[in-house]
Amino acid sequence: MGISYTLWNVLLGATLLGLVGGVLGSFALLRRQSLLADALAHAALPGVCLAFLLTGQKSPGLLLAGAAATGVLGALCVILIVRGSQLIKEDSAIGIVLSVFFAFGIVLITKIQRMPSGNQSGLDKYLFGQVATLVTEDLWVMCGIIAIVVTTVAVFFKELRLLCFDRAFGASLGFPMRGLEVLLTCLLVMVVVVGLQIVGVVLMVSTLVTPAAAARQWTDRLGSMILVSGVLGMFGAVTGVLLSSASDSLPPGPTIVLVSSFVLVLSILFAPRRGILWARLRERAVRLRIRRENLLKDLYTLGERSQSWTVLTPLHTLTAMRGQPARELRKNSRVLAAQGLAMLSGDEVRLTESGLQAAEKVVRKHRLWEVYLTRRLELPTDHVHRDAEAMEHALTDDAVEQLEERLGSPVLDPHGKPIPPRIRP
Amino acid sequence: MQSTASFLSGSKASIPPLEVHDLTVAYRTQPVLWDIDLSLPEGYLIAIVGPNGAGKSTLLKAVLGLLRPLTGSVKIYGAPYAQRRSWVGYVPQRESVDWDFPTSALDVVTMGLYGRIGWFRRPSQRHTDLAYQCLEKVGMHDFALRQISQLSGGQQQRVFLARALAQEARLYLMDEPFAGIDATTERAVLTVLQDLRKEGKTVVAVHHDLQTVAEYFDYVVLLNMRLVAAGPVGTTFTQENLQLTYGGRLTVLSQAAEALLAQRPGVKEAEMK
Amino acid sequence: MNAPLTIILTGALVAASCSLVGTFLVLRKMALLGDAISHAVLPGIVIAFLFTNSLASFPALVGASVVGIATVFLVEALHRSRRLYEDTSIGVVFPALFSLGVILVSVYAGQVHIDTDCVLYGEIGLSNLDEWIVGGKSLGPRSIWVTGGVMLFDLLFVLAFYKELKLVSFDPDLAASIGYSPMLVHYLLMTVVSITVVASFESVGSILVVAMLVVPPAAAYLLSAQLINMILIAIAIAVASSAAGYAFARSVDCSIAGAMAFSAGLFFLAAFFASPRNGLVARIVLRWRLRERLTRQLLLLHLKARVTVEEARTLQPEDLVVRFGWSRSRIDRAVRRLRANGLIESSGGRLWLTQAGKAALDREGTAVLAHR
Repeated sequence: MGISYTLWNVLLGATLLGLVGGVLGSFALLRRQSLLADALAHAALPGVCLAFLLTGQKSPGLLLAGAAATGVLGALCVILIVRGSQLIKEDSAIGIVLSVFFAFGIVLITKIQRMPSGNQSGLDKYLFGQVATLVTEDLWVMCGIIAIVVTTVAVFFKELRLLCFDRAFGASLGFPMRGLEVLLTCLLVMVVVVGLQIVGVVLMVSTLVTPAAAARQWTDRLGSMILVSGVLGMFGAVTGVLLSSASDSLPPGPTIVLVSSFVLVLSILFAPRRGILWARLRERAVRLRIRRENLLKDLYTLGERSQSWTVLTPLHTLTAMRGQPARELRKNSRVLAAQGLAMLSGDEVRLTESGLQAAEKVVRKHRLWEVYLTRRLELPTDHVHRDAEAMEHALTDDAVEQLEERLGSPVLDPHGKPIPPRIRP
Repeated sequence: MQSTASFLSGSKASIPPLEVHDLTVAYRTQPVLWDIDLSLPEGYLIAIVGPNGAGKSTLLKAVLGLLRPLTGSVKIYGAPYAQRRSWVGYVPQRESVDWDFPTSALDVVTMGLYGRIGWFRRPSQRHTDLAYQCLEKVGMHDFALRQISQLSGGQQQRVFLARALAQEARLYLMDEPFAGIDATTERAVLTVLQDLRKEGKTVVAVHHDLQTVAEYFDYVVLLNMRLVAAGPVGTTFTQENLQLTYGGRLTVLSQAAEALLAQRPGVKEAEMK
Repeated sequence: MNAPLTIILTGALVAASCSLVGTFLVLRKMALLGDAISHAVLPGIVIAFLFTNSLASFPALVGASVVGIATVFLVEALHRSRRLYEDTSIGVVFPALFSLGVILVSVYAGQVHIDTDCVLYGEIGLSNLDEWIVGGKSLGPRSIWVTGGVMLFDLLFVLAFYKELKLVSFDPDLAASIGYSPMLVHYLLMTVVSITVVASFESVGSILVVAMLVVPPAAAYLLSAQLINMILIAIAIAVASSAAGYAFARSVDCSIAGAMAFSAGLFFLAAFFASPRNGLVARIVLRWRLRERLTRQLLLLHLKARVTVEEARTLQPEDLVVRFGWSRSRIDRAVRRLRANGLIESSGGRLWLTQAGKAALDREGTAVLAHR
């Protein structure tokens, strides 16, 4: 009976948090403040306890105000430690604030738990979060915070972009960069504080950073990154909450984090363009092309001696040229044969007519580049071959023609070998 | 009436684009710039030259109000920087930003217009057109929508230059615009600087390559924590002044000596590779 | 062994071994990698526990250390793939692994007797109850044996690789160029950190581990200029923190591990403000003195460079107020000091450089004030 009400609250709360977490996380990520956000979340814990100890009340507004106060104090301490000591680096400062504030929070929590007053429990939900305790009042607070965050980001989008990308330039334009930093940090504190109830202190950083990190893989624009990050944050929250409500043993906070992390892994592997998988495939394609072009070129050079390029060459002769295993060569020859550039019969291979043209193209690039290096850069002739080995695969057809023109259409390469002429279509 | 006009134009010509008085700047407690007094003329390409750690970038940052000086003041066209922001364009060092930032070349150039656009308003189509024009001037029109990490170092430098052009300033401050770029970009940057000079703008650039000072610039400021000398290249960029600037650093001195020699044709191209 | 002594000793041993390896993390700007490891080993511990039914067994150590190394490897792989910044990599990897651990704890709640709260702040208060019994004979509290063993292990590691660790911490490029692989040393260190973290985990929980990895070494960094001293001071602070923390926890009745970590924070605070060389107070004093000297230097330069002989006697301190934007009292202090040194003279509110001052300035430049 109460299930649907609680679940609705949980879903709503987690979704709203996912949205703002994702939005602000993008800024935290780009400003390299992922771990400052972590410190901030940990530093909020003693605030919750202090608010309770001082007032003896458990009203959410009060506890959150306490959390915000020590959260801000923690962030200030990081800055103070780095600037004041000039020796302790930011990572250590974050580690110090994170662990000491958190330890203080634990001291207070355990103290409160052992106090005789009955209403102690409930504070430890801030450690790992406890969505089930969300009430409508909390949701209203969250809605308010989201409205503030979204409005601020929309209104100051241009200035915030400037802050994240080029602070000095922004300052030279006269925008108050320090003020914007403070603004952004305040928003971050607000989000962290509402997040404490849902995912808890320890996992808060993930709510901010993981969706943003995933979003970064999908887009190259700040605006869309923020949107995608918000959407992914919501997706992780909804999926996590639903999974955890369907099972008895999946706590919602960690489940949300795991769903988001899974989305991140997928994004890093499969996002278009930036995905590691596509990058690997592109690299592989280039490597294979280079091998095939090398084979073409080797066949051409061998044929040059007898001035006949279409006789069969045994694979072991080719092995001797580049030290490639015969198996590898056979595979490449088969690919060339499939493209109609070569013919493979048994252990022997030869260029076809179109294969010869393709080979000439590669050799042309190689030799023209050698000429360029020796003539224009005055490199000795015995230094240019290796460089040309790389350039023959990289030069575009246009670039080669320009190169030839600039060099005055040379006929021989620096070693005295003829440069194949351009093939007229 | 006429006297007022001539007075105005006269005063305009006599107000230097950049004046620095008694400027001392310290990082923490270590002074990096000592008591600098400087007044630069309008309409020149001006190089700031000096060894590493001489305070060249610091000088620019202090002028822009990014660092608070211990003593002294800076005037841009006779007024404090805060009142002259819109007259000043700035090109920071290329390494000072994260080029993996999710933004396009066009977005970066549009940032140069933010000062004019002001708070709360978004860049309009007119601003985008302006940004395109600036990219055109540095030969980067075709790369406008590229993500900035997909640009080469030289192209990134040109984007920064285009952003400064978008500021439509009278005085440009550039931190090492020629550092780490390819030959094409070097020519493009130089062309832009020369065009700016033609329009009567003033460019103050930190420059590290002694070989090209005389070729690229009209006026030079020699700096080594203190002002060593400032004046037209012909009279100021001398062996003696360089010796004063670079002290006993032999390698740099020999480089300086080379710079003063007539350049052999062909040598430069060989070095550009 | 009585309870307080066991608890303090356990805490001190954990704190000392964490500080020992933590020193190198702090020096190598990798403090947060230690933080990440101490969160991320949780799934390793849980899985090992499922197999062996014990937290401090050898397989548990191995299992969790493997996860620790995997964390480091994952963070670095993500960073090196240029898809994420380094801090982001840390910030996404350890929450994911920690969540996995919490879920495992929850799923196998019947079989794993790990309380998620206990993961955070341990059960050090009960450490004297669990005795190590071999052949029916009690050898004393097990936590002492485990943490003592780790301390010994860390000590041996640091002694064996002291030179390499030092070199790699201060100049990884040099280390690589003379043949020490920074990568190898790095992974060795991370292995040791993982083992230390895991072994300490049961007794003290993750907060004390994280705190002791970072806080005492950072405090010691402010108090010493030499690596060996830094290590010794870090260990001393770590041990003192556990004793102080225990006393504090007993007096107010709260988490002992939390109190120990908090005490370490207080030690850091003390070092931060009062370190003779690097403390905030010392720095403020130094900065004040340097500023005063700078005032005098600029004043001298000003008198020398801009004031011609005729003008000299007309220059008044008020002119300097206008010119440099300094307060009158600042100028008066500088004038008093320079007069006492015989470098300038003033009369009737006017200032000028004395012959001696001019000569000294010509001879030594602004270094003239270095010894005055």
